[in-house]
Order: sequence, then structure tokens, then C-alpha cells
Amino acid sequence: MTEKLTRQPFILRNPQVLVVLAVLAVFTVAVTLLSQAYGSGVIPTSTVKVLGKTLCLALAAVAMDLVWGYLGILSLGQMAFFALGGYLIGQWLMYARTESIVAASLAQNPIPPTPAELQEGVANQIFGVVGSADLPLVWSFAHSLPIQLLLVLAVPGLLALVFGWLAFRSRVNGVYLSILTQAMTLALALWLFQNDSGFRGNNGLSGLQNIPGLDGIDQATLSVWFLWASALALALAYVLAAWLVSGKFGSVVRAIRDDETRVRFLGYPVEGFKLVVFTLAAMITAVAGALYYPQAGIINPAELMPIASIYLAVWVAIGGRGRLYGAIIGAVVVSLLSSWFTGGRAPSIHLPGYVVNWVDWWQVALGLSFVLVTLFAPKGIAGIFDRLGGILPPQRHGRDLGPDQGALQEQEAKA
Amino acid sequence: MIRPLIALALTLLLAMPASANPALEAVIADNLDQIEKPSRRTVEPLVAQIAATGPEGLALLQAWSGRALGVTDDGRLLIVDGDTATDAVTGAAVTDAEPKMLRPNSGVRGVIESALVAGEISSPDPARRAAALASIARDGTAEHLAALRAAPAEPDPILARQRQRVTNLLAIRFDAEPAARVAAIERMAGDVGLDFRAALNPLLATSRIAAPAEPDANIARELSIGADDFPRDAAIALLTSQGVLQPRLTPADQRNALAANVTGGTVGGIPVADLFDPAARDRAYEALEASGAVPPAATEAEADAALESHRFFEVYAEPNPDVTDAARAAQTRAQVRLAAMTGIDLGLDALSLASIYFLAAIGLAVTFGVMRVINMAHGEFIMMGAYTGYVVQTLIANRTLSLVVALPLAFAVTFGAGVVLYRLVIRHLAHRPLETLLATFGVSIALQQLAKNIFGTQARPLTAPAWLEGAVTINDVISISSIRVAIFVLALLFLGLFLFIMKRTRLGLEVRAVTQNPGMAASMGINPDRIAMMTFGLGSGIAGIAGVAIGLFAQVTSELGQQYIVQSFMTVVVGGVGNIWGTLAGAALIGGLSKVIEFLNPANTLAAQTFMILFIIIFIQFRPRGIIPQRGRAAEA
Repeated sequence: MTEKLTRQPFILRNPQVLVVLAVLAVFTVAVTLLSQAYGSGVIPTSTVKVLGKTLCLALAAVAMDLVWGYLGILSLGQMAFFALGGYLIGQWLMYARTESIVAASLAQNPIPPTPAELQEGVANQIFGVVGSADLPLVWSFAHSLPIQLLLVLAVPGLLALVFGWLAFRSRVNGVYLSILTQAMTLALALWLFQNDSGFRGNNGLSGLQNIPGLDGIDQATLSVWFLWASALALALAYVLAAWLVSGKFGSVVRAIRDDETRVRFLGYPVEGFKLVVFTLAAMITAVAGALYYPQAGIINPAELMPIASIYLAVWVAIGGRGRLYGAIIGAVVVSLLSSWFTGGRAPSIHLPGYVVNWVDWWQVALGLSFVLVTLFAPKGIAGIFDRLGGILPPQRHGRDLGPDQGALQEQEAKA
Repeated sequence: MIRPLIALALTLLLAMPASANPALEAVIADNLDQIEKPSRRTVEPLVAQIAATGPEGLALLQAWSGRALGVTDDGRLLIVDGDTATDAVTGAAVTDAEPKMLRPNSGVRGVIESALVAGEISSPDPARRAAALASIARDGTAEHLAALRAAPAEPDPILARQRQRVTNLLAIRFDAEPAARVAAIERMAGDVGLDFRAALNPLLATSRIAAPAEPDANIARELSIGADDFPRDAAIALLTSQGVLQPRLTPADQRNALAANVTGGTVGGIPVADLFDPAARDRAYEALEASGAVPPAATEAEADAALESHRFFEVYAEPNPDVTDAARAAQTRAQVRLAAMTGIDLGLDALSLASIYFLAAIGLAVTFGVMRVINMAHGEFIMMGAYTGYVVQTLIANRTLSLVVALPLAFAVTFGAGVVLYRLVIRHLAHRPLETLLATFGVSIALQQLAKNIFGTQARPLTAPAWLEGAVTINDVISISSIRVAIFVLALLFLGLFLFIMKRTRLGLEVRAVTQNPGMAASMGINPDRIAMMTFGLGSGIAGIAGVAIGLFAQVTSELGQQYIVQSFMTVVVGGVGNIWGTLAGAALIGGLSKVIEFLNPANTLAAQTFMILFIIIFIQFRPRGIIPQRGRAAEA
């Protein structure tokens, strides 16, 4: 018995981490070598961007898996943190870029501009579209990249902390909590949709693909840089998440998922564990958003609507909950498939009397396949890997062996 | 003063017998040029003169404004009616003439009609008197006031009241005697009509003035600088506009002035490159000012001195203080009553919104109570009901009949869909509520896209029958559209039906038993699976009915359900599950609250929704299980 309890190094206990990191490294190198900026140019820049964005979605899915697959909270508001991260980085991108443009145009005047005039010009440029010319209070730090980067972590983290504290302390759980998280993201989206919220209403923030200070560098190169950054962030977050769920902390978290009341009776501060995981996941999601939107180029409040968060849950469910690599597989496979099918490039199916046009029918197929996965393959795509690795669910047939014989049942004990 | 007298004369003349009319003949002879080429500005006295000549004059005016008046070559006026024509003065039939028709412009016709209206007030025909009153109420003048006062007593009591009201309104606006105006205002005090409030507004219009001492005017109040509605900048702007103070220098003016005076890379001795600093700009401007290159601008000290030496007043345009006091008092009373009525109107709005949420949420609440699952496809059942209504309407032309068919059909269709969904998906996911939530979400996106594929993306109309169009209007403020009343009645009906099923039928008994304790219910011989299926079908069926109701006032699109689903969730969460009164309370709270927030912040419905959701999140802190929580063993599940 003592041999089993000796702690092996983290990596040895989790060989899948190495596999994921290796696949990620190979993928990144391959895309780099095939890109227009650093290699043969087989992969066009737009595809590099799609792949980079997909890595960011996978990062968000890993965070979702932490919250749902391990902690058991089906958060339907996860994309609120994603979009918040995007908005916060977008503020700097847009402000700094507009400032350089306005400064250049004001330099044409015979008199050099005062700082107040410069700011007024920037505010006019950014907020003219919503009929305002003042820089809102929430843009106070938009000129500073370090502060905005800090806010990318701090604001979603704080939101998750406050929301989680309110929800967990009053023991809201299960379906109620899902609805509440959905309400949170809807409230945020509706607030951002207003013109006077300070975030340009439904115009959102745009031109985010132009990085201030890097004017000389073309999009082909930038897209590869962002791919590297996204891959690095995904790798770091994956290691962090895998480390977190593999130790004692992870055991408690999974125990909370399986029977919260029992864990509470055992003396663990359930709310504290939940808050840590929920907040950490929010921050990881925000980083994913901050990397995603400069590649997408535009962000608007529609990104926060509950449907986006539900899709995130769908990816994780199809990929396989409670398996971090499952979340990545789900996000990558489903989001790439979705954009392929809805992009109109998938060949139509010619049935007698009707042509199945995938642009119209993909959603139906996705919805139904999702129902099927939930019904017949609760472990999702990752279940295949379990099977390959010989991890089979116990055959729960037969009587209990008895209180002093452990939790196994007759059939399992024989097998 | 002459025109009221003429109008008076006109009303007296109306009763006189008709005959050849020398007075009219004279007027026409003197003014034939103007009759042929009238002008809006000058025609008024002429019209009054003609009207004063008696019935022939009135008939002539009538024809003139109706473009039925012609002039012959020898200067006679003919009233043309189809193929026949009569002489306007003598009334004799004329056959041989070829008159040139007169076409007065709309301004002139307005003047003529206004003169005619005055005559109509005393017509023996009540319909004509009513039309005349309505016309005066629309566009009254001082002459009308005199005519109304001089007119014989009105026999019809309703018309008499209306005439009294119109007279008062005109008196408020046009009477020369302040005492009469005050009396008219006081007679109407408490009235909340738009016209009354509109008549008061010009009396209470104010303007702001700055003066060294109290001016000799009807002062509304003295303004103190720095008050919320009178900041220092406003005071300075007022002084500037009155020419007391030279305009202050705006940063833009300063920059332009400096830019215009750049000489050899410096402005006023200061290098251009240094002018990014506001202090350096001020120094440069002062230097320019000293050299006389730019006009002097008011300094801070001058502004302070001017503010010190002036007092600021809001004065009424209306000179008489009695009138403004009476108007102010009447306005306050009207506002108070108006606020009360707006409250009632708001209550009605909230009630109808609550009815919709109730209809949309009741199915969700019941299924959640019995099975602990949230059906994300509930919104799509609402949509399905609305599309059923639309399809029925395309098949049955009679709107009322199609509605009568659509309601039960929508119930049947969505009941069936609910049962299928239960048999195929939900029963296999028993005790896994989160998985059920996601699986039904999959169904939801599939159904939505399916609807899009079948019906297209454009909105389909579901038209209400004629008897449901329009609104129940109580007065200017309180009104509610008939459809909303119908939906309220429908919600009441379903509340009753639901209570009946739950309390009086075997099914209801079994549903309640399964809700409270499924295990115990099963051991009593109730089949929980069948009960769950029936409740799921019932809940879905009501969603279909709600869909028809919603479709009647909203556009039917594939996203129809999505607009109501989140509110329905909120209703269930706030109200508490497993109890119809909880759903009712939740719907009332959410409907009422959203209307109140919308009222407090009418310009911004998005903010209203945000605040409401925030309120719900906080509400859940205090009542995590809703307003009417489930108690006992079932609540622990």
C-alpha cells in the first residue's frame, strides 16, 4: 500500500499532458512552416487567423471544463469573461491607434495640440459614432497597455469573484445556477448594447487587428505571432489546469461535483473551492478573449449573448467533460466543422427530390448530434481515448459487496 | 374689435328670411378683384363682410371654399352645382353663362371655413353644431370665442358641455380680461385633457434675464448661481447674450487666433513648438492682446464682477401674475391627477406583460416542478404554436374562425411535440438535470433552424381579427390595446383551467403526488413516467397557446421563442417551482418591475432589462428558492 501512495512526478502521473503539449508544438511549428510569413505559404493568412482563434476557443473550453467537468457548475455565462477580456484589450488597441492617427492629423495644424485637445480628438473619433464626444470614465486607463493587461485579468476575475460569492453563499446550484449565469451574461450584453455604456453600443470596438506601434509589420506576420501567443497560452493554461486537478485540490473539486453536501459535511470549505476554480477559470477565459479579438479584429455585444456560452458548453460536452484534452478536441473539432459547414464550402447532399444545403441544415445536424452525444456518449469524443487506454466504466450490475468491502459491486469485483 | 361684432351680426342675420340681397351685391361689386384673386393675408375682412350679409353670403362662402363658385365675364358670381348654376346674389337659376371657376388656395379656404364655422354653431342641426365645435376645438381663434359666447344656448346637454369646455379653452388663450381668463382656468382645474395642458403651457412659458435690480415683469422666480439648473456657465452665457459681458475665449477660438498670428515661428514671442502647453498659449494670447493684434477677451475677474452686479430671474411671457398663478395651480393639479392616471395605465401595462410571462412560463414551471429539468426547447414550442397559428390563418380566411381553430390546434401540436421530446430524450436523462438542459438546447437549435428552413427568415404576420384591433381607451392617458386585454383574459382562463386540473382531477392529484415525493407516489401505484410525460405534454401545449397569443402582437419569426425564454426562466426562478401561485407571483413581479423600470428610464429599454436582471440576481440572494418555495422532502431533491 505504501508504494502506491508515493508521489510520482506530476508529468509521469499525467502522461496526457506531454502528449497534448507535443501535439500542440507540432501543430504550431507545422502551421508556421506552411504560413505565408515564415514558410511556404500553403496556408493563407486568413486560415492562420482561424487556427489561432480556434486555439483561443480551445483555451476557453479548457476553462469551461474546469468549471463544468471538474467542479460540476454548468456556467452558461462563460463567454461574458471571454468578451470582457476582448473589450479590455480592445480599449487599448483602439485608443492607442486612434491616438496616433489623431496626433498625426493634428500635427498638420500650425499650432501643436495640447494634451486636452488630443484627448478630445481621440474621444471624438472613437465615440462620434454613438453621438458623444467625451471619453467615458471606463476609458481612463485606455492609454496604458500594462494597466489594461492587468485589467484583463482583474475585471473578469473580480466579476467572477463577486458573482460567485453571491451565488455560492446562498447555495444556488444546479439548474438555478446555470440560469443565473445566463442572466449575468445577458445583463452584461444588454448593458453593453446601450450607446451610453461607454463601449460604443452595438458598434462594438473595431480595427483591433491593427496593433499600435507595429505598423510596419504585415498581417501575415502578425497572424503567426498571435498563433504562437495563443498556443503558448493554451499550453501554459493546460499545464496549470492539469496540475490543479491532479492533486488533492483536484480530488476535493471532483468530490464537490459528485456530492457537494457530503464534502461540506467532511469539513471542507466548499464555497472557497468553488470560488477559486470559478475565478481562475474566468481569468483564463479572459486571457483567451484578449488573444482572440485582436485576431478577429472586431468585438460587439452580440458576442456576450447567452447562446455563445451555450455553444461553449456544447463543445466541451461533445469533446468530453472531465477530460481537459476532451475540451480542446471538442472546441477544435466542432468550431472548425461549424465554420466549414456554415461557410458554404461543404458539398451539398443530393437526395431524390431535395437538396440538403449544409448552410441550412448544419444547425439541425449539430443540434441533433448533440442530443445523440448526450444520450449515447456522455463522455464525448474523449471517451474513445478512454477506451483505447483501457479505461472502461465499471459494469454496475449485481449486489453491493457490503459496507466493509468498498464501493465495488459483485460483478465488478469478479471482473 | 370689429370682427367679433360682425360675427355677432352674422348669427343674428341667420334667422332672417332670404331674398335678393343688396348688401351682398354691394360687397361683391366693391371687391370683385379680391374675390377672383384672394390672398390669405388680406381676405379676412372681406369674408367677414360677406358673411355678415346673410344666408346668401354664407351660401356664397360655402361655394367659394368648396371651389364651386364661378365668375362670369360681366362680373356676376355664380354658384355652380354640376350642370346647373345659380346667381349668388339673387338665387335665380342661370343657364346661359360660361363662368370661370374660382380656385382659392388652401390658406384662403381656411379663412373662409373658419368664418363659416362660427355660423354653424347656431345651426338647428345638432350634427352640424357638433362638427362646428370639433372644428373650433381643433383650430380656434379669438373670433370663435366671441361667436361661442354670443351663440344661443345649446339644447343638447352633451354638446352644451363640450361647448362650455371649448369656450373655456378659448377664453384661457384669447380673452382680453385677465379676470375672465383666471375664471376660465379655475373652471377647468382638475381636467387632464391634452388640450387643456397645451393651453396652459404658453401661459407658463418663461425666459431668463439678467438685470442689476428686480425688473418690472411677472417674475416666476429668482435664480441663484450654482443651483443644479443654473450653473455658473449658464449665468455667464446669459450675461454674454445680453451684451453685458464680452464673450469668454473658448480654447478653439484661442487656438485659431494664435494660428492666425504666427510670425517667424513664434506667436507673441513664444515659440510655436511650446504651444502644446495651455499656460504657454495663455501667455502668448496675452502678449497678442497687449499688442492689439487680437480682441480682448473677458477675464475671470470681469466675469466675476458682472455676476456680482447682476441678479438673475426667470420671467413669464404672460404679464399678469394672477393668470400665471392660476395656471400654475391648475397645472400642478393636472399633473397630480395625471400622475395617478399614468400609474393606473402603467398597472394595466404591467398586468398584460405579466399575463404573457405567465402563459410563457407556466409550462416551464410545471415540468421543472415534476421532473427537475429545465426544457431549453420551451421557447421553440412557443414558436411552434405561433407558426401553427400562421399556417391555420393561411388556410382559413376568416380571422375569428382561424383563431378559434388555431388555439386548440397549437395546443395539440405542441402537446405532441412535448410528448415526443419526453419519450425520445428526457426520460433517458432522468436525474441528470444539467445534461437534460443541454440536450434540450440541442433540440432547440435544431428546431429553430428547421423553422428557418421551412418558413424562411422573414417575419410572418399573424393578424388578429378585427374585433381585437384597436384599444380600450378610457381617457387621454389610460388606454390598453384589445389584444392585451384578450391575453389577460386568456391567462386568467388558463389559471382557472390549471387550478381545476390540479385540484379537481385524478391527473392533477397524481401530478401533485409525484411532485411532492416521486418514490412514495410510485409505491402508491402511480406511474411517475406516465405522469411526467403528461405534465411535459401539458406544459408544452400551454407554450403553444402562448405562442398564438404572442404571435398576435409580435412578428412570428424563428427567434420568437428566444425573446421570451430568458424572461420565462426568470419568472420560474423568481416565483419558485412546483406551485402555480409561485409562477403567478413571479410573472407579476417581473412584468411589474420591467414596466416600472421602463417608466423610470423610458429612453433606455436596454438599461431597464439590465437593471431587472441585476435585481433578480440580488433577489435570489434572499430567496434562493423563489417567492413561494417548495417545502418538504421534494425541496431537497
